[in-house]
Amino acid sequence: MKLQRWLAHLPTRLRFARAPGKAAEATPKAALENVAVAPAVKHSDRFLVQDLIIEASFGIGARPSRLIMTTLGTVLGIASLVVTIGFAQTTAGQIASQFDAVAATQVVIEPGSSRDARGKSQSTARLPWDSGERVERLAGVERAGLIAAVPLGDVAITAVPVNDPSAAETLSPPLLATSASLLEAVRGRVVTGRYFDSGHDTRGDRVVVLGANAAEKIGINRVDSQPSIFIGDRSYTVIGIITGVERRSDLLDSVILPLGTARADFGLPSPDELQIQIQTGAGDLVARQAPIALDPNAPENFTVQAPATKSELQESVQADINIVFLILGAIALLAGGLGIANVTLLSVMERVGEIGLRRALGATKRNIASQFIVESVVIGLLGGLIGSALGVFAVVIVSLTQGWSPVLDIWVALGAALLGAVVGLVAGAYPANRASNIEPITALRGGT
Amino acid sequence: MISPGAIGLSSSVETAPVVELINVTRSFPGPPEVQALRAVNLRIDAGDYLSIVGPSGSGKSTMLNVLGLLDRPSVGEYHLDGQLTSLLSEDDRAAVRGGSIGFVFQAFHLLPHRSVLDNVLLATLYNGVPRAEREHRARAALDRVGLNHRLNFLPGTLSGGERQRVAVARAVVSSPRLLLADEPTGNLDATTSGEVMNLFEELHADGLTLVIITHDVAVAERAQRRVRIADGQLSELA
Ligand SMILES: Nc1ncnc2c1ncn2[C@@H]1O[C@H](COP(=O)(O)OP(=O)(O)OP(=O)(O)O)[C@@H](O)[C@H]1O
Ligand SMILES: [Mg+2]
Repeated sequence: MKLQRWLAHLPTRLRFARAPGKAAEATPKAALENVAVAPAVKHSDRFLVQDLIIEASFGIGARPSRLIMTTLGTVLGIASLVVTIGFAQTTAGQIASQFDAVAATQVVIEPGSSRDARGKSQSTARLPWDSGERVERLAGVERAGLIAAVPLGDVAITAVPVNDPSAAETLSPPLLATSASLLEAVRGRVVTGRYFDSGHDTRGDRVVVLGANAAEKIGINRVDSQPSIFIGDRSYTVIGIITGVERRSDLLDSVILPLGTARADFGLPSPDELQIQIQTGAGDLVARQAPIALDPNAPENFTVQAPATKSELQESVQADINIVFLILGAIALLAGGLGIANVTLLSVMERVGEIGLRRALGATKRNIASQFIVESVVIGLLGGLIGSALGVFAVVIVSLTQGWSPVLDIWVALGAALLGAVVGLVAGAYPANRASNIEPITALRGGT
Repeated sequence: MISPGAIGLSSSVETAPVVELINVTRSFPGPPEVQALRAVNLRIDAGDYLSIVGPSGSGKSTMLNVLGLLDRPSVGEYHLDGQLTSLLSEDDRAAVRGGSIGFVFQAFHLLPHRSVLDNVLLATLYNGVPRAEREHRARAALDRVGLNHRLNFLPGTLSGGERQRVAVARAVVSSPRLLLADEPTGNLDATTSGEVMNLFEELHADGLTLVIITHDVAVAERAQRRVRIADGQLSELA
């Protein structure tokens, strides 16, 4: 009622006062109204987070140049943390991708050799014909396949049976024999047709697969018409063409036939080597167990080429760099936090008048404290966001110039920005506490 | 209807005075110790209109700070609406200040980086004035002190008198029940000063309890009651 009456006055500009006689009647009523103790203030009319943020943003925005200086420490700290972690992740990704690629997942086993009295190299062991099956039972082995070079002597490989001695001697592609599982063990791909299977192998079928280069040289690019090639005067059906062999690229230049066929037709004495595709990191294990699986009595007779597990030296060097940068980042962050604390404290001192005024207008200690806390949290968050963005940018730029693929967990970037806010929170706690404990009267006398 | 002023304030007795100071002394520990108020007894009833005069340094502002719960008496009792203020918690005191008391400070205390309108709105921020009404009331208050053409100015760009009027608008915007004004017309010419006093007196007519510190005899004489402070001691003038 009083309020409404007050409002009723509002549109009128200053005018002469009415006789203040009504006051006496109005008063007891007003006093009665105020007997109600319970604060009848709607929640939405209280001092809410939205008000807090508006008030704090004015506090921050009042001195833009100082804001830049204040956030600088946090920006640097957060940026260096992001850069450090970003480079660690990028390098790790780089190493892992090389590691993954070929070398790290391939084990090659050959029979050991020794020199005899005449200096001639001689195998001291033989790979069993079922080496692949034996090794594939081991943990960490994904695929294993045998391979052997088949000596051709003066037999030629041709697309047509040539019996014309006057024809120019064409250089034959090398002839290799493999088990059916070899293609996968060396990560080859069939371009057309198929690779032979273990059925062809055990039956000794006269089928061959051509490496892509060999096929081109011989002049075969389709297999649906079941073309044949001749090795010497025996005809073999071409059932497929392969490519993409990373581990033994000589396969691409070769004519490949099943081991069983090579034994039957060419008297192949034994396989040359066993190619094993392993899981990442299983190198040591497979290298130890595979020879035992091949020959439990004399495992030492095999030479094993296994990938070194990630170079320990390399790892420790990288760890050192990380620690140094992380410490630098932490120091920068600490400096940033101190900077925020310092500036917030300064701002509290400068704004004692404002603090006193707000207290006089009904702000509680909590209201005051939260205002300064929010200010420093926002400053910290701002520094965190800028620093994080700069860090990501630096990682991307350096990676691109180095030809690496930048790797950075999105959570690292977001977490770093939030860390800035946490720094702000911690840094603001003390000044905010100071601010809220200033007596209103001291504050009002202190400032103007 | 309960005005925002109801927060924390309740009168247990219908006739309880708004303000009752009993032997209030406020001393500032020295050295040398200053007794800004000495054994002051004062009763202000609801609807009273009181002016305080006295020489500079006599303790007028100190008195106002005590009345406004910004300061505490060193000795003595201060009852506000029948309640002993020394029993109020810090938050209660803040709520009473925000909800029931309006201040015009001698030094204005405007926020330099906020517009005139924002400065006035600040007085509606902490005391539960309905959000929807705030801007309207702030504009109306500024209109009444003749500043509706300066809404978006910063205080730094205002004249002394204009600043003073912003402070007055801020003091009345949340419709307090007790208005404490420290030299509210100190920087104003006679006409503007008269207009501000008219505003106060209109509000007084609606039940506002008014305490005005002034050096201006003309202003002091408009009040129903006049008290004088000299050297911390209070005496009521006839
Ligand atoms: N915090 C304080 N510490 C010490 N002395 C103080 C303090 N506050 C006020 N005083 C002293 O108390 C006395 C009264 O001060 P006050 O501000 O109340 O004077 P005033 O009557 O308002 O004067 P003016 O008319 O000039 O504004 C002064 O002598 C002042 O020095
Ligand atoms: Mg004074």
